[in-house]
Amino acid sequence: MSYIKPKVTHPAIAKNELGFTRRDYEGSISTLCAGCGHDSISAALIQACYELDLPPHRIAKISGIGCSSKTPTYFLGASHGFNSVHGRMPSVVTGANIANKDLVYIGVSGDGDTASIGFGQFSHIVRRRLNMLYMVENNGVYGLTKGQFSATADFGSASKGGVPNPFDQIDLIQMALQLGATYVARGFSGDKKQLVPLIKGALSHPGFAMIDCISPCVTFNNHEGSTRSYEYVREHDVPVVTADYVPYAKTIRVDYEPGTGTQVKMHDGSVLNLHKLDEDYDPYDRKKAINYLLDCQEQGKIATGMLYVNPDVTDFHDIMKTVDEPLSSLNYDRLNPGVEALESINASFR
Amino acid sequence: MSDLNRVNELVLRFANVNGSGSASANSLIAKSFFRMGLPVGPKNIFPSNIQGLPTWYEIRVSEKGHTGRRGSVDVLVAMNSQTFQQDVADVVPGGYLVYDSTKPLNPHGRRDDINYIGLPLTQITVAKYEQARHRQLFKNIIYAGALSALLGIEFEVLCDLLGEQFKGRDKIIETNIDALQTGYDYAAKFYDCPLPLRVERRDLVGDKILIDGNSTVGLGAVYAGATVAGWYPITPSTSVIDAYTKYAEKLRIDPQTGRRLFGVAQAEDELAAIGMVIGANWNGARAFTATSGPGISLMSEFLGLAYYAEIPAVLVDVQRCGPSTGMPTRNQQSDLMACAYASHGDSRHVLLLPSTPKECFDFSMLAFDLAERLQTPVILVSELELGMNDSVSEPLTIDPDYSWDRGKVANYEMLEEGFEFYRYLDIDGDGIPYRTYPGTHPTKGAFFTRGSGHNKYGGYTEKGPEYQENMERLLVKFRTAATLVPPAIIEDKGRPDAVLFFGTTAEVMPETLEELQRQGHLFDQIRLRSFPFGDEVWQFINSHERVLVIEQNRDAQMRSMLMIEGDVNPAKLISVTHYDGMPVTAEFLVATISGHVDNGGSRQRLSA
Ligand SMILES: Cc1ncc(C[n+]2csc(CCOP(=O)(O)OP(=O)(O)O)c2C)c(N)n1
Ligand code: SF4
Ligand SMILES: [Mg+2]
Repeated sequence: MSYIKPKVTHPAIAKNELGFTRRDYEGSISTLCAGCGHDSISAALIQACYELDLPPHRIAKISGIGCSSKTPTYFLGASHGFNSVHGRMPSVVTGANIANKDLVYIGVSGDGDTASIGFGQFSHIVRRRLNMLYMVENNGVYGLTKGQFSATADFGSASKGGVPNPFDQIDLIQMALQLGATYVARGFSGDKKQLVPLIKGALSHPGFAMIDCISPCVTFNNHEGSTRSYEYVREHDVPVVTADYVPYAKTIRVDYEPGTGTQVKMHDGSVLNLHKLDEDYDPYDRKKAINYLLDCQEQGKIATGMLYVNPDVTDFHDIMKTVDEPLSSLNYDRLNPGVEALESINASFR
Repeated sequence: MSDLNRVNELVLRFANVNGSGSASANSLIAKSFFRMGLPVGPKNIFPSNIQGLPTWYEIRVSEKGHTGRRGSVDVLVAMNSQTFQQDVADVVPGGYLVYDSTKPLNPHGRRDDINYIGLPLTQITVAKYEQARHRQLFKNIIYAGALSALLGIEFEVLCDLLGEQFKGRDKIIETNIDALQTGYDYAAKFYDCPLPLRVERRDLVGDKILIDGNSTVGLGAVYAGATVAGWYPITPSTSVIDAYTKYAEKLRIDPQTGRRLFGVAQAEDELAAIGMVIGANWNGARAFTATSGPGISLMSEFLGLAYYAEIPAVLVDVQRCGPSTGMPTRNQQSDLMACAYASHGDSRHVLLLPSTPKECFDFSMLAFDLAERLQTPVILVSELELGMNDSVSEPLTIDPDYSWDRGKVANYEMLEEGFEFYRYLDIDGDGIPYRTYPGTHPTKGAFFTRGSGHNKYGGYTEKGPEYQENMERLLVKFRTAATLVPPAIIEDKGRPDAVLFFGTTAEVMPETLEELQRQGHLFDQIRLRSFPFGDEVWQFINSHERVLVIEQNRDAQMRSMLMIEGDVNPAKLISVTHYDGMPVTAEFLVATISGHVDNGGSRQRLSA
């Protein structure tokens, strides 16, 4: 259950250009597991929108189904939100965007939502070059249905014991690049310093922006039932009582310099090998980005940062040749061809 | 042998090979009857194929206005050797068979009781045209010319139609008219023209138009102010979107900028198509999609969401035979239950059931008003037969004062003036709450849309009573819907028995009832036009002893819906079904119904 936070603010609290405080960008209290990476992403989204001085009511949040897709309730309470159907967020955003090109669209999805059931819709929304932020909160599992492998599961799985993932991984970042996304970044939920600017960049990008944000699931891991996860619990001295017991976990945070790598120990004991892009990495070269990603993959590293951007974008509305005003704002007089036109249509069928 | 000797009552059928270019010649003939002031019912009977399979085109001309399918053929133009034998067998005694006499007649096609009219089409075209393609195409125009002489179709009418079709391309017009003339001259020279079975000009169509229902649905969407269409191709619905796009490209261009006042997105599948429609409607635009049965199946999950979350959506289902493979180009009324109760959970949807192109137009416009007034999906349930074939229709009209009904929307001013907005609160007692469009007001009116986990204030809940309260309100809303949808058309003369029908069956009902009356069987009648059923439907059923429920599907779906929705004694609902994929005929209905009545009316199910 979510409830509204009391909006008592200190008079001296910082405000952005629009006179809003950070609080004005928050949502209801999260009902996700304590320590869930998704909550950190919500916090980063709040921060980014606040810092960008976006009027909250001009943002539309649309999601699919999953723990990740529940998060739009937990940020931007003054924005309209739509928790839609599993894997179909892209089509809902497409329709919404055609109807009103003037809102800022934040699509939130999970790795199951995007890389499995919604893989088709994901591919096509990239192709359509919709102006939006597509945020995948990627935890490598189906959180909401209790920990099945997702199609992106691979990261970290090499160093894990237990049943290994028998299938190849889908790398959504590589897919997005192949399909022509014009802003492609990978973040890590625990690296706010990197993530907030990536989100700000994505929201400012006038075309399709994709962020694949690695977001640890504290409750399930890629090999449910393995002793590793319990080990973690034991380490923290929490007695295991029932199978669905959710251990209290601390949010994983990292802070490291560009051009270097860092190892992150996940809640299940697995280790993530993050690699932040060098400062002189050229994000304007798509081919290089693809090669770079393949190299990283070979070395078992997960590259994070701004991987590719092409500021020169063609918006879907340009392709469709629609008028500059939002279609939803047109009144009936503008849309009604009139009685005379109907008369001549009748005449053409006599 | 007695020749058919009739004026203005005939069935003409063309048997062609798909992809041979016959369609335009055949529709030229159909239109020429219409131009001669005669009621006409053309029907395309085509395979799911682009080239090679047999295809038929049937035209019924009827001075009496009986333009539905009759079932037998008076004149057959046999241009397909694959189906020749069957085609010959379909001709009524005394009828005519027009064939290519370049080669001697196939002996299996010999009958003593019909007339043979040979036209050496291959011979003529080989001599006259160089290119193989021209030889094929002009064969069709030449037989059209011959029919003009044989049946008494005014030659100038054909020339005018060609002139309009190829306006500005004089060379093409000239060659076509030359081909027509060739056919005409040949027939006039070798046969007594016109035949005793022929047509004459009348003044019976007035200001009516000859148009297909998909075009008028598409036009209805233009006139309703729809600005967004998301779709995925599927016969027989594709031409709805084609028509919308074609007319919008003409009528919905911003005069200042030349840019479009509409957006059409071809989706990756039907799930995406309906997703787009729901996203656009949620965001304050009028959006729609068109599909057929298989698409309805794919859209079902989203339809459930839209029902629960109360998002307007307009969906056009042009029905065909199920499933995806098999007979997708044949007619049926078999998606009724799939549409009415589409999706998981307790969900149900408003359906509109048009019978004519004019109704397709009116209901298409109405669908948008209803969807927004009721904040729910509205499905316009058409049929292949109505959607893809031309019918004689009342002209399309709109009230010059019409403006759209966007339903209950709390706008900026209302919110500013202190309107207390709660997304799912029924303040008017009709079950319909207010909504807001995203982006309306900086601090008021935002809400979070999700399936069913909301209380009446729009807040998140998983509490049973709150869920139930909301579900009960949805039932109130559905009862409101029953008062807003088009009522059934009723003729009640206090007879004990009645027929109930809907959709394309209406086209053959006048003929059916006239014939039954001639045989001494009298029926009251009711034509359903929508779901949920209004009170007039229940009153009608309750005041009759027996109601024959006529429908074009196997499982008597409409009868089931009547039983589900109303307190009706099932014993009085006698099912009459026809579902072979061809439009139902008056002949079939008369035989089935009179057989039933003559047998004492004891059977519960009558079908082909
Ligand atoms: C059509 C459909 N199938 C299955 C489900 C059940 N389901 C709910 S969430 C989910 C997986 C979500 O995984 P992901 O997108 O990775 O989100 P996470 O919970 O991990 O954030 C599934 C399979 C559903 N809601 N709808
Ligand atoms: S199950 Fe995993 S993904 Fe879902 S809320 Fe808990 S930690 Fe987050
Ligand atoms: Mg996941």
